[in-house]
Amino acid sequence: MTISLKPGNTPPEKLQPTGWLKYLSFSLDHKVIGLQYLVCGFFFYLIGGSLAGAIRVELTSPLSDFMPREVYNQVLTLHGTIMIFLWIVPVVNGAFGNYLIPFYVGARDMAFPRLNAVAFWLIPPSGLMLITSYFINGAAQSGWTAYPPLSITTPAAGQIIWILSVLLLGGSSIFGGINFIATILKLRRPGLKLMQLPMYCWAMLGTSILVVLSTPVLAGTLILLSFDIVAHTGFFNPSLGGNVIVYQHLFWFYSHPAVYIMVLPAFGLVSEILPIHSRKPLFGYTTMVFSIMGIVVLGLVVWAHHMFTSGTPPWMRLFFTIATAFIAVPTGIKFFNWVATLWGGKISLNAAMLFSCGFIINFVLGGITGVALAQVPFDVHVHDTYFVVAHFHYIVYGGSVFVIFSSIYHWFPKFTGKMLNENLGRFHFIITFIGFNLCFAPQHWLGLNGMPRRVAEYDPQFQLINQISSVGALLMALSTLPFLWNILQSILYGDEAGDNPWNALTPEWLTSSPPPVENWEGEAPLVLEPYGYGEKDSTKTQEQLK
Amino acid sequence: MTSIVPKEQSSESTKDLSTEEHEDFRLFGLIAFLIADGMTFAGFFAAYLTFKAVNPIGPDAVYELELPLPTLNTVLLLLSSFTFHRAGKFLEKNQSKECQKWLLITGSLGLAFLISQMFEYFTLPFGLTDNLFASTFYALTGFHGLHVTLGSIMIMIIWWQTRVPSGRVNNENKFPFEAVELYWHFVDGIWVVLFIILYLL
Repeated sequence: MTISLKPGNTPPEKLQPTGWLKYLSFSLDHKVIGLQYLVCGFFFYLIGGSLAGAIRVELTSPLSDFMPREVYNQVLTLHGTIMIFLWIVPVVNGAFGNYLIPFYVGARDMAFPRLNAVAFWLIPPSGLMLITSYFINGAAQSGWTAYPPLSITTPAAGQIIWILSVLLLGGSSIFGGINFIATILKLRRPGLKLMQLPMYCWAMLGTSILVVLSTPVLAGTLILLSFDIVAHTGFFNPSLGGNVIVYQHLFWFYSHPAVYIMVLPAFGLVSEILPIHSRKPLFGYTTMVFSIMGIVVLGLVVWAHHMFTSGTPPWMRLFFTIATAFIAVPTGIKFFNWVATLWGGKISLNAAMLFSCGFIINFVLGGITGVALAQVPFDVHVHDTYFVVAHFHYIVYGGSVFVIFSSIYHWFPKFTGKMLNENLGRFHFIITFIGFNLCFAPQHWLGLNGMPRRVAEYDPQFQLINQISSVGALLMALSTLPFLWNILQSILYGDEAGDNPWNALTPEWLTSSPPPVENWEGEAPLVLEPYGYGEKDSTKTQEQLK
Repeated sequence: MTSIVPKEQSSESTKDLSTEEHEDFRLFGLIAFLIADGMTFAGFFAAYLTFKAVNPIGPDAVYELELPLPTLNTVLLLLSSFTFHRAGKFLEKNQSKECQKWLLITGSLGLAFLISQMFEYFTLPFGLTDNLFASTFYALTGFHGLHVTLGSIMIMIIWWQTRVPSGRVNNENKFPFEAVELYWHFVDGIWVVLFIILYLL
C-alpha cells in the first residue's frame, strides 16, 4: 500500500474496535460514522413519525379532544424540528455523504476525520435534549420556525432548549459541510478530474456551499433570539422597538436553502441509482452539474417568497416571484435528464428503483404546487393553510424520504454484505406510496378551501377529508413494519451479496462488501467513467445477473 | 468496463501526497470555516443596518459613541496584523527567538484591544437592554470581542509551540502558525468593517 491519501498523523485503525461495538464507539472511520448517522437518524424518524401520528389522531375530529392545545403545539413543533434537523438533513448529508464521498473521490477517509466524528456526536445529545424538553416545563410551542413574538412570549425553558439544540445541530451541519468541501475539492485521487466525479459529489458540493453560507446566519439569528428570551433585549420584540420581519428575513435566509440542503443530496443519490438499475449512462452529465450550481445560486436569493403576506413591498414580491419561478428551470432540466436516463433502458423494477421512480412522481407534483405558490395572488390565498403543508410534504417526504429508502435498498448490500428481500421491499414501496398520497393529496383540497395549518380545531366540514388523510398516515406508519422486518431478517439470515450485486461501475462497488477499514485492500481504483454503461455492457450484465 | 484503469498503468497515483498538498486541503477547510464565520457577522450586520433604517429606536450612534477609543482599537489590531506577519517572516528564516518576540507583541496587542474595549464598555452611557441600538451594539462588538479572545489564546499557544528545541511549530510544520495568522487577519478585517458600519456610518 504505497498510496497515502489519508490525512492526519493518526491512522484510524488505532481507534477501531471490531464487530458491533464499533458502531457505538467514537470511531474515525467514515463508513462507521455514516452508518451511525443513518441509524441515529432513523431512530429520530420513528419518534418524529409517532408525533405525526399523534397530530393525525387529533385531527380526525374537529375538536381538540385527544390532547390539549398547548400539547398539540408542542407536538407539532417537535415533529417539524425532529424531521428536518435530526432525520432528513443528517441522513441525506451526513449518512450517505460520509459513506460515499471518500469512495467517490478515491480517498481513504474524509479530510478531517476527527471533525467528522465530532459532527456526528453532536447529534444524539442535542436530539435527546430536544425531546426531554417536553418533560421539563413543556417543549417549545412556536413551530419549527420559532417566529417572534410567539417564541418570546411562550414559556421560556422549552424555547431555550430548542434554540440550544438547533444551534448544536447547525454546528454539526457546518462542520460536515466544511469537511465535504475540503474532501471533494482537495482530496481527490491524483488523475481524477472534477467533471469525472459521480453526480452525488456535485450535489454534496452544492449542498455544502449552501450549508456554509446560510447555516451561520441561522445560528446568529437564534443567538439574538435567545438574548431576547433570557436577557430581555428587544431585537425581535416589537414592544421594545424590535422588528419581527428582520427575524423572518434572517430565518428564511437559512431555511429556504435548507430545502435544497435536504433535496440536492437526494437529487445526487437518485442520479446514482437510476443509471445502475436501467443500465444506461446518466443523460446529460454536464447539464446536471450546471443545474445543481444554478439551484445553489438561485436557492440563496429566493427566501422572501415565504414572506409574501408579511408586508413585503411590491418590488420585493416581484423579484422573489420571478427568482422562485426560475428555479423550476434547473430542476426541470434534472427531471428531463432522469427520464431520458430511464428512456430505453433495461429497467429492473426492484425496490431501490421503485422508490426512485416514486420520488420523481412525488417531486414533480410538489414542484408544480411550488411554482403555483411562488405566485403572489395564489400564495396570499393559501398562505398558512394545508395547501402549504401538502406542498412541502410532497417535497420533503415524497422527495427526500423516498430517496432515503431507495438509497437504503440500493446500498444495503454494501453496508452489510447481505441482500435485502426484494419482494418485501416492493411491498414496502406500494404501501408507502399509497399511504403517502392518500395522506397528503387531500390536504391540497383542505388548503384551497381554507383550513389553516397549526391548529388543533377546525371547521366540521373538513372532517371527512381529514379522516381520509389520517388513514393515509396510518398506512405510512404501518409501512415501516415490513421495512424494519426486512432489515432485521436480512442482517440475520440474508443472502450473501457479493462485492458488486448490481454490476455497478461507481467506485464503492469495486471493493469488498462491507469494505475494509481503509476502503481498498490495495490501491484505490481510478474510475474515469462512473456511468459507462453501454449496450454491450448491459447485455453482459443482464446475463451475469441471471 | 474499460473506464477503470488497471493498477499497473496508474503509476502517477502511487506517489504520496506531499506535505504541501496536505497543508493545501487543511487551509481549504479553514477558509471554508472563515467564510461560515463571516456569514454570521454578515447576518448581524444586516440586522443592525435594517434596525438602523427601519426602527430608529434609541439614540443615534453618531451622538452616542466616542471615536478615540475605537480608533485606538483599530490601530492596535492593524498593528497586530503587521507584527504577526513579521513573526511569520522570522519563522521562515528559522529565527525562532525573533519569531517568538514578535508573536508576544501580537498577543499583547490583542490583549490591549480587549482591555481597551472593556474600558469603552464601562464608559458608555447605555447598557445592553436600554434600547435596540444598545442591544445591537453590544451583540456585534461582544461577538467580535469573543473572536479576539479566542484568537489571543491561540496566539499564546502558537507562541508556546514555536520555542526551540521542544516546540512543535517550526519552518517544517508551520501550518498551525499559518492557520492562526489567517484567522487573526480575518478577525482584523471584520473589525474594520464593524468599525465603519457601527462608528462611522
